[in-house]
Formats: sequence, structure tokens, C-alpha cells
Amino acid sequence: MSLAVSFDLTVAWALLLALAVWIYVVLDGFDLGIGILYPAFPERRSRDLMMNAVAPVWDGNETWLVLGGGGLMAAFPLAYAIILPALYPPIVVMLLALVFRGVAFEFRWRAQTPGGLRLWDTAFFGGSLIAALAQGITLGALLQGIEVEGRAYAGGWWDWLTPFSVLCGAAVAVGYAFLGACWLVLKLEGEDQTPFRRLARLLGLVTVGFVVAVSLATPFLDGDYYLRWFTWPSMALAAPVPVAVAVIVLLLARSLTRHEQDWLPFVLGLALFGLCFLGLGLSMWPHVVPPSVTIWDAAAPEKSQVFMGIGALVLLPVILGYTAYAYWVFRGKLDPDKGYH
Amino acid sequence: MDTFLGLDAITLARIQFGFTVAFHFIFPAFSIGLASYLAVLNAMWLIKRDEIWLRLFNYWIKIFAITFAMGVVSGIVMSYQFGTNWSVFSDRAGPVIGPLMAYEVLTAFFLEAGFLGIMLFGREKVGDGLHMMATAFVAVGTAISATWIISVNSWMHTPQGHVIGENGQFLPEDWLAIIFTPSFPYRLAHALTGAYLTTALVVGGVAAWHLLTGRNDNRAVRRMFSMAMWMAALVAPLQIFIGDMHGLNTLEHQPAKVMAMEGHFESHPEGAPLILFGLPDQAAGLVRYSVEIPKLSSLILKHDLNAPLDGLDTIAPEDQPPVAVVFWSFRVMVALGFAMLGLGLWSLWLRWRGRLYTAPWFLRAAVLMGPSGFVAVTAGWITTEVGRQPWTIYGLMRTADSASPLDAPAVGASLIVFICVYFAVFGAGVMYLLRLMGHAPEPGEPEGPDTEGPIRTAGRQAAAQEDKV
Ligand code: HDD
Ligand code: HEM
Ligand code: HEM
Repeated sequence: MSLAVSFDLTVAWALLLALAVWIYVVLDGFDLGIGILYPAFPERRSRDLMMNAVAPVWDGNETWLVLGGGGLMAAFPLAYAIILPALYPPIVVMLLALVFRGVAFEFRWRAQTPGGLRLWDTAFFGGSLIAALAQGITLGALLQGIEVEGRAYAGGWWDWLTPFSVLCGAAVAVGYAFLGACWLVLKLEGEDQTPFRRLARLLGLVTVGFVVAVSLATPFLDGDYYLRWFTWPSMALAAPVPVAVAVIVLLLARSLTRHEQDWLPFVLGLALFGLCFLGLGLSMWPHVVPPSVTIWDAAAPEKSQVFMGIGALVLLPVILGYTAYAYWVFRGKLDPDKGYH
Repeated sequence: MDTFLGLDAITLARIQFGFTVAFHFIFPAFSIGLASYLAVLNAMWLIKRDEIWLRLFNYWIKIFAITFAMGVVSGIVMSYQFGTNWSVFSDRAGPVIGPLMAYEVLTAFFLEAGFLGIMLFGREKVGDGLHMMATAFVAVGTAISATWIISVNSWMHTPQGHVIGENGQFLPEDWLAIIFTPSFPYRLAHALTGAYLTTALVVGGVAAWHLLTGRNDNRAVRRMFSMAMWMAALVAPLQIFIGDMHGLNTLEHQPAKVMAMEGHFESHPEGAPLILFGLPDQAAGLVRYSVEIPKLSSLILKHDLNAPLDGLDTIAPEDQPPVAVVFWSFRVMVALGFAMLGLGLWSLWLRWRGRLYTAPWFLRAAVLMGPSGFVAVTAGWITTEVGRQPWTIYGLMRTADSASPLDAPAVGASLIVFICVYFAVFGAGVMYLLRLMGHAPEPGEPEGPDTEGPIRTAGRQAAAQEDKV
């Protein structure tokens, strides 16, 4: 199969959606990750700090998930209609988990009793962890292929649950925790920062382990993936990805052991996720629902794509602009005693 | 076909969708209004520099933050429910409604989410001017969001501007026609006004409660009560007027729905009666024990006592909506609408007599009416949506043909989980809201006695600023 394509609107939309999902994954990734790290920090003070490190931005981060869902329905309605019923259980679980962790941001500060506080802390942790696992499982289940007949899902209820999808679930959860730790390295300083730096090192290592495991397993899922990665000439395109991953990993190790540039681990974490994403894209291309539905099969008519494309072209830069502004307003180290002052 | 507790997958999917969307809409109904109210309060504070405006802002913003969070998480569920429960519908209607929903995300959700953090925590960081802008953006965002989603919903009621492709997909032809369908302006106006009314009644109910329980000298309480009652007095009649126009529009485009609302099983060639109450019996095709006013329905709907009106006997049985639900939900909404009008008029009278803040029965009525907006908007949606049945896209695509290929046990199990989680989580949220509302907005509006911890500043930081004033 050739990787060369003529550039058309459908491809543009596929790239745009992939970008939206990547932005979602890294942004909500770090705030879900912070929830996942909660059990390691039982004292109230650290938990307050951790939550405050994302409280002003989590809603914006999660909006990319809505764009991912809405965008999929708009640009590739057939894919939306196949994927959601096929992955119904993990998706419903993810949505419910997001309910818990989302309300915890507000409810936690309203609980008047230690029991209430513990309840919403648990909701925050559990919601974050389960959402991350469910997202990973969803990804794994998509990657391993979905059975389609006509224009509908034709598989069974438990098709999504395989060792591979569980592996992906664990990988995503650990990866999110790693991003969360990196974010806290960025937002905290001094003694508050130390444990997170240590955690980031450990989690970074485990994340890389999972990345390697998932990468090794993927080519053996389906004949196409194997050919993509291990035959000429597509191999030439694919090979730089693992090499780049190796470079990033080295840089990460360095930046986490040396105590300088607190922002660097987070940025390298983003790059690592970006490369994983690229690898994923190379495997799946040109399918939106592997192994049978390509982006062109699922694409919305051109009128829909154009109408939405105009909006995206005009509005996404504006959105990125004010999102950056919102991050900028809350930039700098958190002051543990003053919160946002 | 397999079933779960005797219900088939489609019924379960419908219950699940209706349940989650009804829950979702409760929160926007309040936060759309509250966001605008907060913008007004903040603007007044900046203009007048009278401490009570800031006090009110700090008081309501805590409530807003909780409501908004619940709206967001229940809304995210909704954006995936189309695919999980109505996948065939999503596949076929996606090219038309998908882009509208994508525009909602791009123009509204990001705007709200991006500026929410600044609105809640950023006053000190960005200064009064930019904070005001952020607050206004959030308010505008909620209204934009309502506009797009109601456009989607209205297209499903009065579809136009598309062609049907050979694969069965609805393909967009004319975007303006799709966005501005005939029922859209009425539905949007009615839903937005309903949200403002709902908010006014909550604010009024909370204020009345504090006036009744001995906070009669609290200036902030009096101020918010007065504002809320002005709003109710002005908007309730407006809402009834818009509702009436909406009904006339529905008569034109979805006559079967109006027949169900009115309980008109038979056609009335010489003027139809208005059925006030009664028990619709769809199988028998009549309304039992009905209390009617002759010819009034023709007068309302056609502005002519003797105008003929068709009944459900002109509609094939398989195309009729379930009458009893529509009939009753419509009456609940209308009754509450008139009760709100009554409250508003009563407030005008008492205001004129100078007893607005002291008349005990009036204050009790205001407390009682506090939650009535939520009931009215939910009843309104039930009227709208059940009255559309058996269609998802009116006249073109049936609900029965819209569903996902799901097994009943899977939908049933998730429905049960949704119900448990929603009641537990949002129940807790409502409890926290009530607790916040239970404290009056005192001078220096603190974050309440409930936070010994440091940080988090929906109110705390603003309170600190207020102390400086
Ligand atoms: C505070 C809220 C509220 C109040 C007091 C009223 N409504 Fe309403 N109504 C709504 C909130 C609402 C709503 C939630 O906003 C609905 C649901 C969908 C819609 O478009 O608006 C609605 C729907 C709705 C419909 C269905 C339209 C359709 O889908 O075809 C009609 C005919 C009316 N309303 C008419 C009235 C009348 C005559 C009222 C007064 C006496 C009234 N409503 C009071
Ligand atoms: C504005 C966007 C909305 C859209 C696009 C929409 C769409 C739909 C769809 C596709 C169905 C499935 C058909 C069916 O179950 O019968 C439905 C049903 C329903 N919706 Fe809506 N809806 C919207 C808003 C709402 C809101 C805000 C409420 C309530 C507050 C609501 C209440 C219901 C109810 C109660 C049902 C179930 C009706 C039945 O099963 O008979 N809808 N809606
Ligand atoms: C079935 C239809 C609906 C879907 C799929 C839906 C989807 C969503 C989503 C995904 C969010 C979260 C946005 C965020 O992340 O910030 C949300 C919030 C919101 N929705 Fe809905 N929605 C529906 C119906 C409605 C209706 C009918 C209205 C208003 C008339 C409405 C008004 C809002 C508003 C104002 C918010 C902001 C949060 C809040 O105020 O509570 N939605 N909705």
C-alpha cells in the first residue's frame, strides 16, 4: 500500500481532527494525570496545591474532547456511528468517570466534613484513573480493528476487551501520570517540587517501557500494520519515528536529573506523546476505523467539510490565542500560601 | 428481540437519552441566566463602586461555578450520546447537524471554558477591565451555545435545506436554510427567555427566603430580590407571548403535536373547545372527564371562534405522538407560566404599595416558586420532544430507525448506572448549592464557614479584594 496521497479536504480534516485529539490528550492528559497521582500525596496541603495547578484550565482542556467527538461526527459521521456503538462500554465508563472528576473540582471545596473531602478526593482520583484507562482501552480497541457490516458495527459486546487494549489502557494511564508530574515540576518550586521530579523520573521510565511494548505489539495486530513498519519503502517513512523517540527519551532523562529548566520535561513529554501519535497515525493511515473503513469512505460530503473548514480556519487560531492567554494569566509558580493571588 | 426488564433496546436508548438530556438542560437553564446576571452585577460594581454589587457578585459566582461544572460534565455526556444511542441517526444526519455542533464547540464552548478561569479566579491577575470582559464573554458564550444547539434541534423538528443522498444520508444544500429553520427563532427566543425566567425565580426565591428568616435589613438581599421581581414581572408575560407564537408556529409545521397538546382527538369543523383538564385515552381516542371551554381553542390558535381545527383522527395511528404525556407536560408548563405571571403582577402591586420586602405571603410564594422554572423548562422540552414522536427528523426519519445496533442488556445496564450516578453526583451538587444559598450574602462576603483550607478562590480571592474596599 502506498503512503502517497493527493491532498484533499478529507485529508485536511483527518489531520485537523488528529491535531485536536493530540491537543486533548496532552492537555487533559496532564490534568487527569494529576488526579492519578493523588493517592501518593495524602496530605491536604499537597492535594490543594495539585488541584489548584489545573483548576483554572481543566475546563478548556476538556473542551478539546468535545471538539474531537463533535468534529468526528461532522467530518466522518460514518466513523462516529460505527465507533461509538462498538466501544460503547469503555466510552460510557469514560464519560461517567469524567463526571466524577469534573465535579470534584468544585465539590471538593464545598465538603464540610473530612469524610466529604475524602469522598471527593477519591472521586477525583478514581475518575481520573478510570477515564485514562478507558481512553487507552478505546484507543487500543480501535487500533486492533472493528468489525463492520454495511454501515454499522457488527461485532459483539466484549470485542473491545483484549490483552492489547488493556495494555494500551495501562500505557495511557501511566503516560498521563507522567505528564501530570511534569506539569507539577513546572508549576511548583523548592521542596514542593522535589517529590514530583522524582516521580516524573520513575513514571517517565515506565511510560517509555509501555511505549516500547505497545509499539512492538501493534505491527502484529494486523497484516497491514506489519507491512507498513517492516517493508520497504514505507519503512523509510516510519523508521525516523522510533529514532526520534529515542532522542527525546535521552533528553528527558537528562532534563529530569539535572535541576534546571523546569519547563523542559513537560515540553519533552508533549513531544514524546506527539511522536507516539505520529506512529499511531502511520499505522492506521488511511483508515479511520481499521481495518476496513478509510477516511474517504466515512467522509462527510464536501459541503459539510467546506462549511466547517471555514469556521475552523478562522476560529481555531482565535481559540488557540485566547487559550494561550488564559494559560499566560495563570503562568508562573503556584504560591502555596496564596493560591492565585 | 432481546429485552432488559421487559424493555427493548430502542425504548431503553430513548429513556437514556431523554434522562441525560433532561438532566443536562437543568444546568444551562440556570447558568445561561446566571452568567448574564453576574455580568450585570459586575458591571454595576465597576460603575457604581457600591460594595453591595460586589457582594452579590461574589455570592452568586460560587453558585455559578458549581452549576457550570455540572452543566459541562453532563453536556460532555450528551455530545457522545448521539453516537452511542442514535448511531444510525448520526450517520445519516451527521453531515447536516455535525457541522452545527462543531460550530457550537468552536464559537461557544471554547469561549466559555477559556474565560471561565479568568472570571472565577482572575480579577486580581488581569484587573477589573479584563475581568469584566471575561465575565461578559462567558455570558455571551452561554447564549451562543444555546443558539447553535437549538438550531440543531429545530432542524430536526422542521427540517429544510438538505437533500437525501442515495446512501440515505441527509446532505446539506443551503446552510442558511438549515440554520434558520421556521421553528428556530421561536424555539430559541422561548428557551432563552425561559432560562432568564428560571434564574430570576431562583434568585428571587433565595432572596425571599432570607427576607423571611430575619435578614430583612440586608441591603444586598433586598437588592437582589427587587431585581429578580422586576425580571419576573417583565419576562413572564413576554414568555407567555412568545410561547403563544411558538404554538402557532408549531400548528403550522407539526399539527399532530398541537393536537396532542390540546387533546383534540376529533376534528372540530365549527370551532374547537379548549380542554382545560381531563384524562386522555389514546386507545379510545377521547379525553375522559374533560373540562372544556367551547370554541376557545380555535380562538387561541386561529383567532376565530368558528375556525375549523383538525384532530388526531386525521393522522394515521402510527404517526401519532403519545398524547397523555404531551397533554400533561404542556399543561404543567402553561400553568407554571401563569403562576409566574401572577407572581410578577403581585410584586408590582406590592412594590407600588411599598410592601415588597415585607408581605409574608408574597415572600412565601416567591420561595415556593423558586424552583418552578426548572419544572417548566423540563415540561416544555418533554412537550416538544415527545410531541415530535414518532419521528427524530420530523416526517423523514423515524425514531425506531434511528437507534444504534445495541443489545438491550448493555443499554439497560448503562441506563441504571447513569441514573444512579446522576442522582448521587448531581444530588450532592444540589445539596452544596442549597447550602450556599442558605447563607445570606453578608458584608465582606466570605467564602462561607465551610472552608478552612487555604486557596480556591471562586469567592475567596474576590472576598479579599472586597475587604480592601
Ligand atoms: C420557564 C420556562 C417556560 C415557561 C414559563 C413556558 N415555557 Fe413553553 N417551553 C419552554 C419553557 C417555558 C422551553 C423549555 O424553553 C421549551 C422547550 C423547547 C422549546 O423550544 O422551549 C418550551 C416549549 C413550548 C412549546 C412547544 C413548541 C414546539 O416544540 O413545538 C409551546 C407551544 C410552548 N412552550 C408554549 C408555552 C406557553 C403558551 C407558555 C405560557 C403560558 C409557556 N410555554 C411557558
Ligand atoms: C437541543 C438539542 C436536542 C436535540 C438535538 C434533541 C434530540 C433528541 C433525539 C434525537 C431524541 C431521540 C428521539 C426519542 O428518543 O424519541 C430526543 C428525545 C428526547 N429529548 Fe431531545 N433533543 C434536544 C434537547 C432536549 C432537551 C434540552 C430536553 C429536555 C430537557 C430533551 C428531552 C427529550 C426527551 C424527554 C426525549 C425522549 C422522548 C421520547 O422518548 O419519547 N431534548 N431528543
Ligand atoms: C442534546 C443536545 C445537547 C448536547 C449534545 C450538548 C452538549 C454540551 C456539552 C458538550 C457541553 C460542555 C461544554 C464544555 O465543555 O464547556 C455543554 C454545556 C452547555 N450546554 Fe449543552 N448540550 C445539549 C443541549 C443543550 C441545550 C438545549 C442548551 C440550551 C438551550 C444547552 C446549553 C449549554 C450551555 C449554556 C452549556 C455551558 C455549561 C452550562 O451552562 O451548564 N445545551 N452542552
